[in-house]
Amino acid sequence: MTQYVIRRLLIAIPSLLGISVILFTVLALAPGDPFEELATNPAIPPEVRLQLRASLGLDDPIHVRYIAWLTSMLRGEWGYSFVSRIDVDRLILQRLPTTLIVIGTSQVVALLIALPVGVLAATRPYSLFDKIANTLAFIGFSLPTFFTGLLFILFFSIYLDWLPFVYRTQIEATGWRWFWEQVKQTIMPVMVLGLFQGAAWTRFVRSAVLDVIRLDYVTTARSKGLPERTVITKHVVRNALIPVVTLVALQMPVVFGGAIVTEQIFRVPGIGSLLITAILSNDTPVIMAVTFVFACLVVFFNLLADVIYGWLDPRISYR
Amino acid sequence: MNEQELWRLMRRVRDGKMSRRAFARRMAAFGITAPMATQLLTFAGVSPASAQSVPAYRPTRRGGGGHLKILYWQAATLLNPHFAVGTTNQDASRVFHEPLAGWAADGTLVPILAAEVPSIENKGVAEDGRSVTWKLKRNVKWHDGEQFSADDVLFNYEYAKNPQIAGTTSGSYRDVNVVKVDDFTVRVEFARPTPFWADAFVGAVGLMIPKHLYKDYAGANAREAPANLRPVGTGAYKFTSFAPGDLLRGEAFADYHTENRPYFDTMEIKGGGDAVSAARAVLQTGDYDYAWNLQVEDQTLQRLEAAGRGRVNIVEGGSVEFIQLNATDPNREVDGERSHISTQHPAFRDPAVRRAMALLVDRQSIQNFIYGRTGPATPNFLNAPPRFRSPNMTMEFSVERANQILDQAGWARGSDGIRAKDGVRLKFLYQTSINAPRQRTQQIIQQAARRAGIEIELKSVVASVFFSSDVGNPDTYGKFYADMQMYTTTMPQADPQRFMNQYTSWEVSQKANSWQGRNIVRWRNDEYDRAYRAAEGELDPVKRAALFIRMNDLIVGSNHVIPIVQRPLVSASLNNLRPVLSGWDTTMWLLRDWYRET
Repeated sequence: MTQYVIRRLLIAIPSLLGISVILFTVLALAPGDPFEELATNPAIPPEVRLQLRASLGLDDPIHVRYIAWLTSMLRGEWGYSFVSRIDVDRLILQRLPTTLIVIGTSQVVALLIALPVGVLAATRPYSLFDKIANTLAFIGFSLPTFFTGLLFILFFSIYLDWLPFVYRTQIEATGWRWFWEQVKQTIMPVMVLGLFQGAAWTRFVRSAVLDVIRLDYVTTARSKGLPERTVITKHVVRNALIPVVTLVALQMPVVFGGAIVTEQIFRVPGIGSLLITAILSNDTPVIMAVTFVFACLVVFFNLLADVIYGWLDPRISYR
Repeated sequence: MNEQELWRLMRRVRDGKMSRRAFARRMAAFGITAPMATQLLTFAGVSPASAQSVPAYRPTRRGGGGHLKILYWQAATLLNPHFAVGTTNQDASRVFHEPLAGWAADGTLVPILAAEVPSIENKGVAEDGRSVTWKLKRNVKWHDGEQFSADDVLFNYEYAKNPQIAGTTSGSYRDVNVVKVDDFTVRVEFARPTPFWADAFVGAVGLMIPKHLYKDYAGANAREAPANLRPVGTGAYKFTSFAPGDLLRGEAFADYHTENRPYFDTMEIKGGGDAVSAARAVLQTGDYDYAWNLQVEDQTLQRLEAAGRGRVNIVEGGSVEFIQLNATDPNREVDGERSHISTQHPAFRDPAVRRAMALLVDRQSIQNFIYGRTGPATPNFLNAPPRFRSPNMTMEFSVERANQILDQAGWARGSDGIRAKDGVRLKFLYQTSINAPRQRTQQIIQQAARRAGIEIELKSVVASVFFSSDVGNPDTYGKFYADMQMYTTTMPQADPQRFMNQYTSWEVSQKANSWQGRNIVRWRNDEYDRAYRAAEGELDPVKRAALFIRMNDLIVGSNHVIPIVQRPLVSASLNNLRPVLSGWDTTMWLLRDWYRET
């Protein structure tokens, strides 16, 4: 087992290096630079722009820039943003709490919806409940988040005027009022993301449970005279959840990566909005850092999913 | 009215023989607006009545105004004014840092850290135009309690022009010399007579950072200065917290140098999102007090305004959306460079074709159906301040006339309906950046051109590529590898000198200057060059204005440049908020004077 984990970690190194090379080359080849606004401003002489480009090393050949990036990355220096001239790791850390709260809660909400609804629907297939749940799930994951987001804003903020649609990181209030304000502003982005994810997971949980519920050992458990509740929770759900766990584990990097569209709509200052503004302003070090961290997380959680899988299902062995 | 007569009148006002009001009335009879008349007076050495350029400030004590919430759909990313790339950062740093003087909406200077605006009669501006002396306020304190003095001003000059720092303000400082006269007086010296002296230390490029906090970071380590992220300035609000790309907060500075200011106890600028929902947050839900730069279709703004909570502020500036007709041939390569200055555009070298193109741009419809209040149609490239606006240009839309002109010039329609002459077909590539109103404008022009037998192929490029300085990219506006292109150029100061250098022959954009030259249309004209050189040294403001008007007429008259609409600054504020805005300075230029009517 330990050997297996070590081997996987060693394999991860070249694949991460490969990812970084590809990311870096694509970004370096992408046209544009962060100084678009300087260009149309006649008060700023063009030499200033050229000087800025040179001072940020944008004029060096790609391989020189890549090696410089890699060596400083290995030393733990992530570089600094061209746009804000702040160290990238600081920028990311600043965004992390908000991202974790909003995206993390939405994933929890998604699970809280998907598990009970999925299991219930599967135990009573083609009943009225199953049909309604199915229909809602289909609607849920076919509506894109930007659409539900706008719909929520129009209804809850503009029409009813209940909830604010601008997310604020610093609320001047303490105690319960702070908590209440926080809930009020978080509820819409969390619901938009949670319902979308929950709908997809509901379908998945339902089919996973359906696969298991027809197996012989379940019939055996039933004929032993076990109460239905025990059959479902102890025998069916436990086995059915194995693929679900993998799916959820693979979804975890997303929690760190943020949700670009939803964050933009509700002005949530998360990692997703950091990434999209960095992309729009060609802020290479930030794009590089965020995407690379994301790549590392994907590799790590893949490994974690495999390990958990073996732990849940002893039939699988590692060699 | 001729020039001599104007001068005579102005002298009469100066000598007290004629009242200011009588002068303004007289001017109005000649179609000169009151602000312009006041402007003229300042040139004749008559100081403007003080409260004219800035609206009256009513609060009678400092603070007590509660919290001010401002919404930007682009978030500020840094607070050191010398690093500010773009207006959001200039605005954010302006909250804490102040210049010696700022530009009011009518294009006049308002003293901020200066005790007075230099002029010839107060001996601030030298008669020969070679220097300007600034007297500083003596009661100015930095937020940390230190005294503000001439040393700080001198330090900012050295900091800005230092190439190691690579500051975006360097252009305003590298060609001047600054001397400290005494602790509260500095002199800016110019190598040549300079009629436009209000650049260094003024407006967005003039924001002061404190010497005592930056002196150890005035070199290659400029980025590491702790004060970059925890700014200490002289502004009416002092720093509380900053999250780059998200939120900036400040609180009233108790020792601010101007009495009764500021009105608000605390303020914040929230960034991010999109322009439409920012407008919504002010006009429809009233969650925010002020929303910046609303590049939103006017119809949407009108619909939101109908809620009755807020209003849209439209402030005139010098920005203009215009079309360039390439003077060189974008399809022929000379020395590895297309649109080479030695070539001529096969079709646009014929003035008739250019004239026809200008006639095919339906500016009035573009204003009515696309921009509305946010883009008034204009026949001029140089529109503001009003004293520089040419009365000689007209705008006309007529497909018929265009057809007539082309027929006369011998451009005959071929079997496919496209005109041609001597093997040159009127088929043009028309590029611009991706932006909904621009794509709609392109279509309007394309349709009109088709009716005149001209085929236009449309191309749109992502803004960050189109406006980049990337030498390797063929799609940048500086390379201009197309027959026509369209974009907005901004005019950051109330003086057209920098603005109008974009048609001088020495600014031609080409490989030799990495396509950084500002004359992108590559039009050259000896008379224009001479007029520009003359304006650079002309100390008589009336003659100088006439030179700039002549330059406008030359470039617009050539039809190589077709102005379309002006782009004023559009923002939204709650009905009870009294923001002081200006098209010649940053949005926050006089934040200390903002207050709420109760």
